[in-house]
Amino acid sequence: MVALGAVVGLGGLVISGLVGPSNPTPEKEAAYECGMPPVGDARERQSVKFYLIAMIFLLFDIEVAFLYPWAMAMRDLGWPGLLQITLFFAILVVGYAYIWRKGVLDWGPESDPDYKHAPRPGPAVIKRYRYGTRH
Amino acid sequence: MTTYSFDAVIPIVCVILAGLVVMLAEAFRGRGEKMPLGGLAVIGLVGAAASSVLLWNRNATSFGVVTADNFALFLNLVLVAVGLMTVLITAQTADRDKLPAGEFYATALFALVGMMLMVQASDLLVMFLALETMSIAVYVMTGIRREAVNGTEAAFKYFLLGAFASAFFLYGVAFLYGTTGSTSLDRIGTIVASQAMAPNPLVLMAVGMLLVGFAFKVAAVPFHMWSPDAYEGAPAVVTGFMSTGVKAAAIAGFTRVFLSALEPMIGYWAPALWVIAAATMVLGTVVGVQQTSIKRMLAYSSIAHGGYLLLGLLAGSDVGKASILFYLAAYALTNLGAFGIIALLGSYSRDNDNLRDYAGLWHSHPVLATLMALFLLSLGGFPPTAGFIAKWYVFSAAIGAGYYWLAIIGFLSSVVSVYFYLRIVVMMFMTDRDARPVPAPVTGIALAGLALSLAGVLYLGVLPSQVIEWAQASVATIF
Repeated sequence: MVALGAVVGLGGLVISGLVGPSNPTPEKEAAYECGMPPVGDARERQSVKFYLIAMIFLLFDIEVAFLYPWAMAMRDLGWPGLLQITLFFAILVVGYAYIWRKGVLDWGPESDPDYKHAPRPGPAVIKRYRYGTRH
Repeated sequence: MTTYSFDAVIPIVCVILAGLVVMLAEAFRGRGEKMPLGGLAVIGLVGAAASSVLLWNRNATSFGVVTADNFALFLNLVLVAVGLMTVLITAQTADRDKLPAGEFYATALFALVGMMLMVQASDLLVMFLALETMSIAVYVMTGIRREAVNGTEAAFKYFLLGAFASAFFLYGVAFLYGTTGSTSLDRIGTIVASQAMAPNPLVLMAVGMLLVGFAFKVAAVPFHMWSPDAYEGAPAVVTGFMSTGVKAAAIAGFTRVFLSALEPMIGYWAPALWVIAAATMVLGTVVGVQQTSIKRMLAYSSIAHGGYLLLGLLAGSDVGKASILFYLAAYALTNLGAFGIIALLGSYSRDNDNLRDYAGLWHSHPVLATLMALFLLSLGGFPPTAGFIAKWYVFSAAIGAGYYWLAIIGFLSSVVSVYFYLRIVVMMFMTDRDARPVPAPVTGIALAGLALSLAGVLYLGVLPSQVIEWAQASVATIF
């Protein structure tokens, strides 16, 4: 079984290397090759809020992934099952309350209590913020 | 209709509830409002300790995957002590270091949940879950000072290497499941025992993978690379927490898996572990001698102590297991005390952990210097302290099991390690103070924690028989 796996895996590499046509173009040689010439730099600054939202999404995604199987087996699991899913839910609600109060769900500058008193950035600052310092 | 027994998880649930309450309190706290969050954590920890004591000798199990045998309960108490010390020291240093107190206590409690689940798990998947709960919380704690470059680097290194180690562990679990069809330690033990004469090569691979995974968490050579950086970069409180808590939990899991489920394979893993233990003791000591940062020095000392613990694991006898438990208790109290003092002497901008910073500490802070000296003597294994009894116990277990050479290596590296512990003591008592700013003074709570820790160290050192008896009772009922 292991030998078969090795043969299939390595065989594919070796045969495609020997038989396949090699016709490189600059687009194909690019680090991220998808047939299109790359536009701009991949290292762009993103707001940290996107990462937070991604993390929260993961949390609630997993929650739903548990809720569906529980819903399908609800009758078999009975009261203990309901108790367990409620506990699970309650723990997630604590996390939800936490991120809510901490302002993860607030978008835009008005939500920042320090914002109103903060000095307004001049055009140069805005430009630097938007395009990064390297440009 | 299945009946559910929740008995065995009660200690864990206490800590989870405390963690959740701390998190909610932190969330609904007004800006700048003070809340006794540490007190909430202490309540949960005391609850966990009380329920662990009440469950003693009951051998409760819950859901077939969590067990509360005496071995686990003994370690639960050690872990609760680790948690309490951490909370007491943090209560003193959180404001100074600008730590987010609510998040810190909540993460520490969740890390403790992972540790307690790890010592109580009797199923490999639950153990993996516990390992991850513990590790992720500890990664966060390592980097909790976000503006500190060292801390961020440490957390990142620790996270990357830790993720690889977790993958190794999980791969080992997968191989064991593939060959035995089960993740339950009991069931794996029966099947592995039945084919111990001619083991399936996949089981051997599984043993190797699990060995790597555990050795990483214990910071055993050659899987120790993360630990000096992580220990040095983290705030001193966190270093104390992870050098004792994580190590205790990992050693407990190591012991449970290798001395119950995989014991029939001892002929295969013992030689590998022999080399790992010897290398760990020697490298931890020899490299520790060259350090000038006390935190880093104690990181290497912690690696060496991991090696002594592996000695007990390798001995494998009842004496060996009991010696692991006793050693963990003694080591936890001592190391937390030492790191607690380092934490108290630090300041926001500097850790003050250079060897020179301790010059003449006796003149500026006589109490702290005396406490530090006693903790260091205990780490070095001097007679009236817990460290001496613990080392003696481990070495005698190794000799009893016929590992003479390993015991000799351990003894010699222990002698060498005395050099760098005593170097700090000499620095504190016999050197004149440099013209350096004297760190902020210490107030009540943290000092009470240190005093309790010292009391424990001396009690274990002078009257160890009661605790040794408990440790022996802990291993008599299982494995």
